Amino acid sequence: MNRYPVWKYTIIVIVLLLGLIYSLPNFFGEAPAVQVSAAKVTSKVDEATLARVDAALKGAGLVPDLLTRDATSIRARFKTPDEQLKAKDVLQHTLVPDPADPGYTVALNLLSRSPGWLTALHAYPMYLGLDLRGGVDFLLQVDMKGAIDKKAESFAGDLRTVLRDKGVRSSPISRNGQTLEVTFRDAASAETARGLIADQFTDLAATVVQDGADYKLTATIKPEAARRLQDAALKQNITTLHNRINELGVAEPVIQQQGIDRIVVQLPGVQDTAKAKDILGRTATLEMRLVDESAEGRAAMSGSGPVPFGAERFNDRAGRPVIVKKQVLATGENLTDAQAGFDSQKQEPNVSLTMDAKGGRVMRDTSRENIGKRMAIVLFEKGKGEAISVATINGELGTRFQISGAMGIVEANDLALLLRAGSLAAPMDIIQERTIGPSLGADNIKKGFDSVMYGFAAIMVFMCIYYALFGLFSSIALAVNLMLLVALLSLLQATLTLPGIAAMALAIGVAIDSNVLINERVREELRNGASPQAAIHAGYDRAWGTILDSNVTTLIAGVALLAFGSGPVRGFAVVHCIGIVTSMFSAVFFSRGLVNFWYGSKKKLKSISIGTVWRPATDAATPAVTK
Amino acid sequence: MEFFRIHKTIPFMRHALVLNAISVITFLLAVFFLLHRGLHLSVEFTGGTVMEVAYSQSADVAKVRDVVGKLGYPDVQVQNFGTSRDVQIRLPASKGMSSAQQSAQVLEALKADDASVVLRGNEFVGPQVGEELTTNGLKALGMVVVGIMIYLAFRFEWKYALSTVLANLHDVVIILGFFAFFQWEFSLAVLAAVLAVLGYSVNESVVIFDRIRENFRRYRKMDTQEIIDNAITSTISRTIITHGSTQLVVLSMFFFGGPTLHYFALALTIGICFGIYSSAFVAAAIAMWLGVKREDLVKGPVKRDGDPDDPNAGAVV
Repeated sequence: MNRYPVWKYTIIVIVLLLGLIYSLPNFFGEAPAVQVSAAKVTSKVDEATLARVDAALKGAGLVPDLLTRDATSIRARFKTPDEQLKAKDVLQHTLVPDPADPGYTVALNLLSRSPGWLTALHAYPMYLGLDLRGGVDFLLQVDMKGAIDKKAESFAGDLRTVLRDKGVRSSPISRNGQTLEVTFRDAASAETARGLIADQFTDLAATVVQDGADYKLTATIKPEAARRLQDAALKQNITTLHNRINELGVAEPVIQQQGIDRIVVQLPGVQDTAKAKDILGRTATLEMRLVDESAEGRAAMSGSGPVPFGAERFNDRAGRPVIVKKQVLATGENLTDAQAGFDSQKQEPNVSLTMDAKGGRVMRDTSRENIGKRMAIVLFEKGKGEAISVATINGELGTRFQISGAMGIVEANDLALLLRAGSLAAPMDIIQERTIGPSLGADNIKKGFDSVMYGFAAIMVFMCIYYALFGLFSSIALAVNLMLLVALLSLLQATLTLPGIAAMALAIGVAIDSNVLINERVREELRNGASPQAAIHAGYDRAWGTILDSNVTTLIAGVALLAFGSGPVRGFAVVHCIGIVTSMFSAVFFSRGLVNFWYGSKKKLKSISIGTVWRPATDAATPAVTK
Repeated sequence: MEFFRIHKTIPFMRHALVLNAISVITFLLAVFFLLHRGLHLSVEFTGGTVMEVAYSQSADVAKVRDVVGKLGYPDVQVQNFGTSRDVQIRLPASKGMSSAQQSAQVLEALKADDASVVLRGNEFVGPQVGEELTTNGLKALGMVVVGIMIYLAFRFEWKYALSTVLANLHDVVIILGFFAFFQWEFSLAVLAAVLAVLGYSVNESVVIFDRIRENFRRYRKMDTQEIIDNAITSTISRTIITHGSTQLVVLSMFFFGGPTLHYFALALTIGICFGIYSSAFVAAAIAMWLGVKREDLVKGPVKRDGDPDDPNAGAVV
C-alpha cells in the first residue's frame, strides 16, 4: 500500500533535476566583468562593436572567459580583477577616443560565473535587489494632469489653426483645465466648428450650447483618449529615462512602471545620488534648423573653408560635418510625436513627425520658401549637438510630414526613438529615494544567508533527534523545498531582497509544519495499535486535509500582501507564496516518496524509525502533563 | 523522544472565563497603548529622510544628535543601528530642501566633527507614499480577514469563522500593542510579519476545529465542553512542536538577521506565542460562547462513527 507507481518517481526525479539545474547558477558566485553599453542614443551595440571589442582585447593579450552580446550591451568576463581593470582601460581607449564625447560607456560589473551550458538552458542566478547589492532607488511620480493639460493646450492651438484656415470666426479659444471653450456669434459657425472637431479631432468630444446671443462650444478630451494619452506619456517617459540612464553607464538599471502613474528606477552600484538625479531630470533638446547652402557653407562642409558667420558645424551620425544655420526653426517642444512607418507607394521606410500648431505654421512658412534645400534635426545631449537627420525639403510641409529615403527599417525606428527622446511627455517628481552602500548590501546578504542557514540547521537537528529516520526524511524534504524555491525564483528572475530572504527563512518554518503534522499523525496511528505500514498510509492521508487548510489560509495572507504591498512587502510576498506552493510538493509528495522508497517494499515491517512512540499506561492516576 | 505525555483530557474550558478575562485585559491594554502612545512608524509611513552612517570607532550618539540639532533639526532622532559604530539619523521632511541636500548637509557637519564617518545608506520618502502605504496596509488586512472568514465559513460554519478571525485579530492588536508600548519601530517589514502571522496562526484554529468536528462524530455522549477540551488536549502536542520549529527559524533571524530583520522577527515571535494561546483558548472559547452544536457540523444522515471515508470528515491530526 505504500508504493509509488513508476510515474510518480519519474515526476520526482524530473522535478529534482530541474530544480537542481535552475538553482545551480546561484552557487557559482560572481566574477569580475567589463560591460560595454551605448552611452548615447546614437551609438549602437551590434556585431561590429563586438568584433571591435574582441579585436581590442586580443590586441592587448587578454582572453576573456566569456564574451557575450545582448540587445543593449557587450559583456566580457575575466578571471581576476586585475585582468578586468586592464580590459577596462583597453576598451576605454579603443571605444572612447574622445573622453569629452563618449559614444560608449565602459563599466565594471560582476557577472555570474556559471558555465555556458547553464546559461544556454536559460538558467540564470537570482537577481539581487538593491538592498543586497547596493545602489540608488528612485520612485518617480508622473504628473498625469500635467501631461493631459499639455495635450489640451496643443489641441487648442491646432483647433485655432483649423478654424482660421476654414474662415470660421470665433472668440479666442480658452483652456479651462482639460476643457476647451470657444464662443461663436451664430449657430452655423458653431455647427461647422463642431463638425470639424468630429472630423479632425477624434480624441475630443464637443457640445454646443446657446449662451445668450452667442453659441458656446465646449470640447473635452474623451476618457478613453485620456487613458491612452496617459499610457503613452508614461511609456515615453520610461523610454526617455532609459536613454538618459544609459549615459550613467550603470550595468543593469531597472526602469519599470509601477501602478498607473509611477516609475521605479533602480541603479545598482551607483552611489552618487546627486548626479543620478541631475541626469534623470535633464531634458535633451531637439532643434530643427536649415542647412547653410551658401558657397561658404559648402566650402566649410567639405573642410576647405572656415565655418561662415551665423552658422555652426555639427557632425551627422556617420561623423560627416554638416554646416547649419544658427537660427532655430522649431524645437522638441513643438514636436508632439514621431513614429516609424512604411511608405507603401515608394516602398520604403519613413518616419512620420507630428508638430503642434505653432511648429506646423513655422514649418509651412519655412518649407514654402526653401523647397529643394536641406533641413537638419539636431539633438543636443550633454551640451553637444549631433545632426540626427539631414533631409531635403521636397514640398510644403504642415503639422504632419515625413522624413524618408536612404534608410532601412532599423534606421527609421532609431530616428523615431531619437526624435521622441528629446522630451518628457509629462513632468515627473521624485517621491521616494533610497541609497544603499555596497558594504551595507554585502552585510545584508551575509545576515540573511546566516539566518536561513542557522534556522535550517536548528530545525534539521531537532527533527532528526525527535523523529529519527522520519526526521531525516523531513529534513531532506525541507532541503528540497529550499532548492525548489531558489530554482523557481531564479527561473522567474524574481528580484531577491532582504525581506525575500526573510520569507525564505519563514518558508522553512512553515514547510516543516506539514512534516510535523504527518509525523505526529503516524505516531498517533502507531499508538492506537496500527501496523507500521497502515500507520504510514493513514498518517499521510489524514494529515493532507489539515496541511491543505493551513497552506490555503497562509496563502490568502500571502496573496493579500502581493496585491496591496509595494516595494519590500512585495519582495516578501512573492517568496512567501512560492514557498508555500513548493512546500506542498516537497513536504507531502516528495517526503512520501522517500518513505515509500525506504519502507514500501518491506512486507513484514515490524517497526519504523520515528522516535519513541509513547503509550499511556492503563492506570491514568499520574499528573495530567509530564515531560 | 516524546515531549508531551498526556494521560487524560485537560479541562481547558473550565477556565474559559479566566482565560477570556486575561485576553480581554491584554487586548484592552494593547488598545490603550495604541491610542495613548501610538505606533512609532518608520519613515516609510511618515515621510522624511533616514541616513545610516558608520564611524571607525564607537559613535557618541549624544554628540551626533547635538551636531545635527545645531543644523536646525530640533526633533531629530539619532540611534545606534546594529553595532555601536553604526548610527541611524532620521530627519523630518523639510520644505525647500531636497533629501540629497539634507543628507549632504548633515554628512558635512558630521565629517567636520569626526572625519572617519562614512555614509552607508540614505532613504527618502515623500509624504504621499506614506499615506498610500497606510491605506494599502489596511486594505491588505481587510482582504486577509475577509478571505479567511469566507474560507472557514465554507470549510466549517460561520461561528467557527467568526471566532477564528476574532481570535487572530486579537493577536494582531496585541502585537501592535507591544510595538506601541515599547515604541519599537513599525516598518513595512513588520506589517508584512503581522499579516503573515495572521495567515499562519489561523491554521492552528483550523486544526482544533477539525478535531472538534471529528469528536462530535466520534463521541456522541460527550457534551460540547468535553469535546472541545478533548480536541485541544489531543492537538496541543503538535501545536507546540510546529510552532516551536517555526520559532527556531524566527529566532535564527532575530539573532543573525541584523537590524533590518530584528523587528520583523520580534513581531513574528509575539505573533507565534499569542497564536498558540489564542487559537487554543480564545478561538475555542468564543466558539463555545457562540454555541457551536453537533448539528452545525454533522449534517445529513448519521454515518458510522469515525468513518475514514466520510467525505465530510475534516482533516484530523
